[in-house]
Amino acid sequence: MSFAVSVIIGLAGLFALAAALRAAARAGLSGRARSIANDIPLTAAFGLLVIAIYAAVAIAAPALAPFAEREIVGNQFEAWSAEHLLGTDRIGRDMLSRLIYGARNTVGIAFATTALAFVVGSILGLWAALTGGWLDQVLSRIVDAFMSIPALIFSLLLLTIFGTSVLTLILVIAAVDATRVFRLARAVAQGIVVMDYIEAAKLRGEGAWFLIRREILPNALAPLVAEFGLRFCFVFLTISSLSFLGLGIKPPTADWGSMVRDNATLITFGDITPLLPAGCIALLTVAVNFVVDWQLYRASGLKE
Amino acid sequence: MIALRVALGIGLLFIVSLIIFGATELLPGDLAQQLLGQGATPETLAALREQLGLNDPAPVRYWNWLSGALTGDFGVSLSNGRPISELIGARLGNTVFLALYAASLAVPISLVLGILAALWRNSIFDRAANAGALTAISFPEFFVAYILVLWLAQTGIFPSMVRINPTTTFGDRIYMTFLPALTLTLVVTAHMMRMTRAAIINLMASPYIEMARLKGLSPLRIVLRHAVPNALAPIINVIALNLAYLITGVVVVEVVFVYPGLGQLMVDAVSNRDIAVVQAVALIFAAAYIALNLLADVLSTITNPRLMHRR
Repeated sequence: MSFAVSVIIGLAGLFALAAALRAAARAGLSGRARSIANDIPLTAAFGLLVIAIYAAVAIAAPALAPFAEREIVGNQFEAWSAEHLLGTDRIGRDMLSRLIYGARNTVGIAFATTALAFVVGSILGLWAALTGGWLDQVLSRIVDAFMSIPALIFSLLLLTIFGTSVLTLILVIAAVDATRVFRLARAVAQGIVVMDYIEAAKLRGEGAWFLIRREILPNALAPLVAEFGLRFCFVFLTISSLSFLGLGIKPPTADWGSMVRDNATLITFGDITPLLPAGCIALLTVAVNFVVDWQLYRASGLKE
Repeated sequence: MIALRVALGIGLLFIVSLIIFGATELLPGDLAQQLLGQGATPETLAALREQLGLNDPAPVRYWNWLSGALTGDFGVSLSNGRPISELIGARLGNTVFLALYAASLAVPISLVLGILAALWRNSIFDRAANAGALTAISFPEFFVAYILVLWLAQTGIFPSMVRINPTTTFGDRIYMTFLPALTLTLVVTAHMMRMTRAAIINLMASPYIEMARLKGLSPLRIVLRHAVPNALAPIINVIALNLAYLITGVVVVEVVFVYPGLGQLMVDAVSNRDIAVVQAVALIFAAAYIALNLLADVLSTITNPRLMHRR
């Protein structure tokens, strides 16, 4: 139970740090940045802080990790000690180092997948809304059909066909998620394409690509950014689940989902080490959700 | 109205079966090549193609597969040659049992929590429930599952693995599957609770609720007698959507608890690249998903007289 207490103290510390940073930002900044700092809720400040820490750990992984990602440095399942702060895993690799490299691999792959799904989904969605007619009908009906299969089941089907490597994983999840992004992008853009300024740009003789990039996208950005956060959470959880099932990112690459799977036997002995990677996943998703909640609230223009 | 919706659902299921079948056509080379690898001799390839019926044109194979599936014959597993219907048989029952068990826990809990949160909105209870729900949505299923194992199975209260055999009594089953069911419950409750709360709060601003308040009814009575019946349609919808979500949730949870269900079968089949089994299980999951969505639409039509008797 002492571990649970230290987790709670750690989270409280992060919250306090977030509050302090917010106060510093309110005092030190001016103009637009200051007005954002003034109305950011504590949960969102906490979320931003956590995301920043994850990004820093991912970038500085080789400098922070005491051992190499794939190096076998001890016996299997060693307990926590001064040398191996979080012990070792099933074949004697340092848990802490793998946890740190996991920030790079797991989060990096999830981010790349989300970005790909977003580029494909939103361009097709905006294009469908702009062009309308049969193109819109065909794309929308195809997406409807694909969306009537549960995402995880469809991903599993595609992974069976194309095999389970990291590249196919990224492409498959991106393809499945692009259908969801398409839906939203198209719905948002439909409200925009009927505006007079789109009509004016069309009369000026601008092409579809210019219209999407310069006229529609800037006006559709707010809901799309919030959706990016939500999508990232879904993709991140899906990839972790697949890795946990042994079908995603595979050892020796350090990945949080497969680390839980690899060391799960320890849990039956009451050791919480295998839960740490899962906790890392949970903390990042919570943080992103907090920020998204705040963004959605800002975009909706609601005030208390 | 309802007949049209059911017909649409059946049409959709047909399209989904086309997608699931058509996905195999995307294979580089064909199934036989895939199974035997690059080193296969032309003779063994031809023999396997004959055995799998790959020499027929795609529409014929689709028809054979679909008509077989409709009568419960999904062909044989590619990895061990056993009939797929035999593999699926008992497991389908287990998975349905787990999903229903989780639903019977999750639906009442989330309705009560959602109604209470709406009743005491902006109170400490409401805020705590909301923050808890947001956190629960963000947790991976296996995290929730292992926390429960650590907390409830380590102390010996509940078993961390599910061993079901034909002689297991109903009571034992309920006891043994409690942890998997509780995991699923925690995962879906959050979303259902938030939606129930939102649906009721939406209605609380309507004039007829204000009228009820002005004539001096108690807040509980206002919510239960006046708000809930009108909020039923969105609530039923979100319940059905989450039950559909349970279908994918069971995959991870079954693996954690070594539960002999369809999800476990599917994961094994994916790692063996046993496409015949994956197709069969995917079709069953997709059918259940579509059926639940259909049920949601039909029920919310029935609960709304304005939709039921459209002019």
